Amino acid sequence: MITLTDVHKAFGPNKVLQGVTLTIPSGTSMVIIGGSGTGKSVLLKSVLGLVRPDKGTITLDEVDVTRTDRDAFLARFGMLFQGGALFDSLRVWENVAFRLMRGPKALPKPQARDAAIEKLRRVGLKPDTADLFPAELSGGMQKRVGLARAIAAEPEIIFFDEPTTGLDPIMAGVINDLIREIVTEMGATAMTITHDMSSVRAIADTVAMLHGGVIRWTGPVGEMDATPDPYVQQFIHGRADGPIESVR
Amino acid sequence: MIAHPLASLLANLGRPVLQALAALGRVTLFAGAILGHILRPPFYLRELGTSLLQIGWFSLPVVGLTAIFTGGALALQIYAGGSRFNAEAVVPSIVAIGMARELGPVLGGLMVAARVASSIAAEIGTMKVTEQIDALVTLSTNPLKYLAVPRVVAATLAMPVLVATGDAIGIMGGWLVGITRLDFNSATYLKNTVDFLEPWDIGSGLVKGAVFGFIVALMGCYHGMNSARGAQGVGAATKSAVVSASVLILAANYILTEVFFTS
Repeated sequence: MITLTDVHKAFGPNKVLQGVTLTIPSGTSMVIIGGSGTGKSVLLKSVLGLVRPDKGTITLDEVDVTRTDRDAFLARFGMLFQGGALFDSLRVWENVAFRLMRGPKALPKPQARDAAIEKLRRVGLKPDTADLFPAELSGGMQKRVGLARAIAAEPEIIFFDEPTTGLDPIMAGVINDLIREIVTEMGATAMTITHDMSSVRAIADTVAMLHGGVIRWTGPVGEMDATPDPYVQQFIHGRADGPIESVR
Repeated sequence: MIAHPLASLLANLGRPVLQALAALGRVTLFAGAILGHILRPPFYLRELGTSLLQIGWFSLPVVGLTAIFTGGALALQIYAGGSRFNAEAVVPSIVAIGMARELGPVLGGLMVAARVASSIAAEIGTMKVTEQIDALVTLSTNPLKYLAVPRVVAATLAMPVLVATGDAIGIMGGWLVGITRLDFNSATYLKNTVDFLEPWDIGSGLVKGAVFGFIVALMGCYHGMNSARGAQGVGAATKSAVVSASVLILAANYILTEVFFTS
């Protein structure tokens, strides 16, 4: 279980997080929604330790993430980055098998390659993509490779940062379905940040809305449409009028 | 309250000085962190090999071309200057000493700074803005160890080899000009080159090369890792890497020359 308590983060005068409190139970899929620039990525990176909060605590299974062994902590995570963040200089299979070939339990190269090809197949990519470089792939294929890399070491917790941004609706649907299938199949805890409502409905068990540096609303995805919260209603229906300023 | 003009002047002078000292402190800490990681596992030998190839092997043409033209021009200049004192015969020995002690390492270092520091800063800067460095962290890989250490080690090892090659090619450039344009006898030219060149002339240049290689890769990695967002940020990081590496090479060259040849 991931628990965030009163997490604050500011960049200079810009107070991005102003007291975020949130719990993500093990084995559930939490989707965090919110407008651009509301701090969704900062929140996610704070859990991973890529950003250090100014105040507040983040615990994983009741252990403070800042006081745990970093390698052991990160070994439990997989992450799909918004732009894929694939390593340009490595081939597709080397990207996917990056973690598998390093560390105390490193696999020999042929086994790591086989495991990478298996993961590529799992995300719907043919084995012949394994020897290509990321620059030779389309945006949708890069996202799938990023997803294969995120699940390669079969992590307990997977983070998805804007998984469908920049994809056409069909490819976005394919990625959403893959995420849902993989999370269910692996029994993983998932935390996704997005402002794509089709992703929310496809991926989420629970939804949290981040606005003004705090969690504005949280609840099961089935209750999202019925909530009277004007911020949630404006956001999920994409209305220009409402309490969320359109110019931010 | 109106600030005293003198206080305002001092503040304007002090601000850049403090900024420069802060930058020096950050670079020193960065260098210390890299040195601290060099002997600690894991070792990324594949990345080291790739860096040796990129920094060493692929820099050979530019270093060689720089050296051959510099050696030739040096022979012409020394001949022209020496003829004022009837000292044309010193051309071979001065070309050899000049190349080995100064021009080989300094010009080689500057050319490698232009080629390699820019490339490292642009590559790492792009990795930073496309979140590849964050991805490394999430894959339990220390970016400093994976990206910076192999490059710094490779540049420190490759530069002395490049300098030695540049020295040989530069001396050959002087010899070519000497025998074709200045009427030197080939055997005499080569004998004078060998007779007057001492081991420390070459050794000091190689040590300088290693220091310059360290500086080049350090500046490339430092500015790449601290690149601001976007294309403009990567461009600025690249420019800063080349400028700072070049200035530091020239400053380090003066200090090393003082240490090696004035005592």
